[in-house]
Amino acid sequence: MAAIVGNTLTGLTRLKIFYVLLLFALLLIGCSVFMAQMTFQQEFQVLKDIALGAMSIFTSLIAVIATARLLPQDIEDRTAYTVLAKPVSRFEYLSGKLLGVLLLLALSLLAMSALFFVVLVLREQSVLNETARQMADAPAEQSAETLRLVRASAFNVNLFSGIGVIYVKGCLLAALTLFVSTFATSTIFTTIAMAFVYFIGHLQAIAREYWLQNNSAGWFTKVFLALVALFFPDLQLFNLTDDVVAGNAIPLALLLKTIGMGLFYSSFYLALAWAAFFRKEL
Amino acid sequence: MRAAAIILGVLLFGAARLPMEHALSQTHRELHFRTVDFNLDLREQLGQLGFVAALSGFRSLVADALFIEAHVAWEHTEWGRVLLLFRQVTTIQPRAPLFWDMAAWHMAWNASTAAMNDRTQPRLALRIKAAREYFQLGKDFLERGIKNNPERPELCEALARLYRDKYDDHEHASEFFARAAALPGAHSYARRFAAYELAQCAGRENDAYRQLRALYDSGEQERLPTLLRHLKELEIKLDIPPDQRIPD
Repeated sequence: MAAIVGNTLTGLTRLKIFYVLLLFALLLIGCSVFMAQMTFQQEFQVLKDIALGAMSIFTSLIAVIATARLLPQDIEDRTAYTVLAKPVSRFEYLSGKLLGVLLLLALSLLAMSALFFVVLVLREQSVLNETARQMADAPAEQSAETLRLVRASAFNVNLFSGIGVIYVKGCLLAALTLFVSTFATSTIFTTIAMAFVYFIGHLQAIAREYWLQNNSAGWFTKVFLALVALFFPDLQLFNLTDDVVAGNAIPLALLLKTIGMGLFYSSFYLALAWAAFFRKEL
Repeated sequence: MRAAAIILGVLLFGAARLPMEHALSQTHRELHFRTVDFNLDLREQLGQLGFVAALSGFRSLVADALFIEAHVAWEHTEWGRVLLLFRQVTTIQPRAPLFWDMAAWHMAWNASTAAMNDRTQPRLALRIKAAREYFQLGKDFLERGIKNNPERPELCEALARLYRDKYDDHEHASEFFARAAALPGAHSYARRFAAYELAQCAGRENDAYRQLRALYDSGEQERLPTLLRHLKELEIKLDIPPDQRIPD
């Protein structure tokens, strides 16, 4: 299976997916130039929002686009036949493919996080130096308080929780895409279907809550809402970055539950993908 | 047959995860994580694209884009637009105290000052009326901000400053400085400021004296010129016996 993981990762890397990082870096640099006009609190807030938002978009895009082409490409190139002719089970084959994508997601998210933290630390240092210079004549207590405020605005440990949840959401989307691609007829179909799943997944909570409430909706509406709630995962549960950026603490129990849930969903969709792929005529 | 089994599997999985998702949503709500109400009003405010983006988990990004627009509108002193944009920003990202604070500051400080200096309005009474309306808008932003972020001291402090500087209402200013001081992460001066404001409230001199004296007794670091001045004034006003007074 390690060979499948390695080959999948190499294949995806050759697609120049890491060019996304260049876009990400340009976005951060562009923001930094514009944000020089703002106060340091505004600057850090916007920088963190944009960086985490971009990480979330790029991770989701990579997860869907990279996974959507795996099976159709292997079948078109006839690589799937060569691999499956060897003593490799279909589950191992699918798991290897998925793990390759997850590794790619981890690498790209690590690189984006490193870039983000470098920009954040550089800006923090620059603001700290500027503030220390401005507060040179102020009483020591006042100066220390201001510097503490700058540090608190720039970095908080919860940023790691936010990035962790972005990764888990990426894993879930990759597993779901793999499942869809086992019965899809083309890469385009899988990508478009996943775009719908992505939007509906973010609205699922509204549908679920309306369905579970006692209301006067007709049976047709209720059946429709029930189907939305049952078919699609609630992707809003994996959106903790808005609160992380706002400086709110994410309790450890909630973080662990969210990660656990994401991994459980991913495993289930992998199992479903296997069920769909198990005796599929290739 | 296999397709039917898979669909059944997805539905059963959906039924199994519903209680988990519902419980986790409840936890989010208890922690004030999901305070945005996606309704038609918000749809009209944000436009179709912004609304879709906000629904798709990019609330922060949409809020930032609108915040930058508000910043540009402020640079052009378009106060109506600043108000409209900040209403949108705080609606879609109610958990960022910075946005509430900035919105209130633009309204209560910048827009109100601009209204007072408005050369196109020759009547002073109308200029004062307009400025007061902006104070009220600032106060409204902060009150709603506190409601959405009850655990953050910054907004209580901002409201206390608004009461102190714009309404000259020392009692409320003291109340909100004290509320800020009681919250984790508050500035060390919030407790001192609560006592300073109380010292200026008629009829609350005894409470103010007690608080200021407690601060004075807590150590050298609290014995700042303003605190000493207030204490001295209250000692005379309350006729404190000379042996209990602070040294000159």
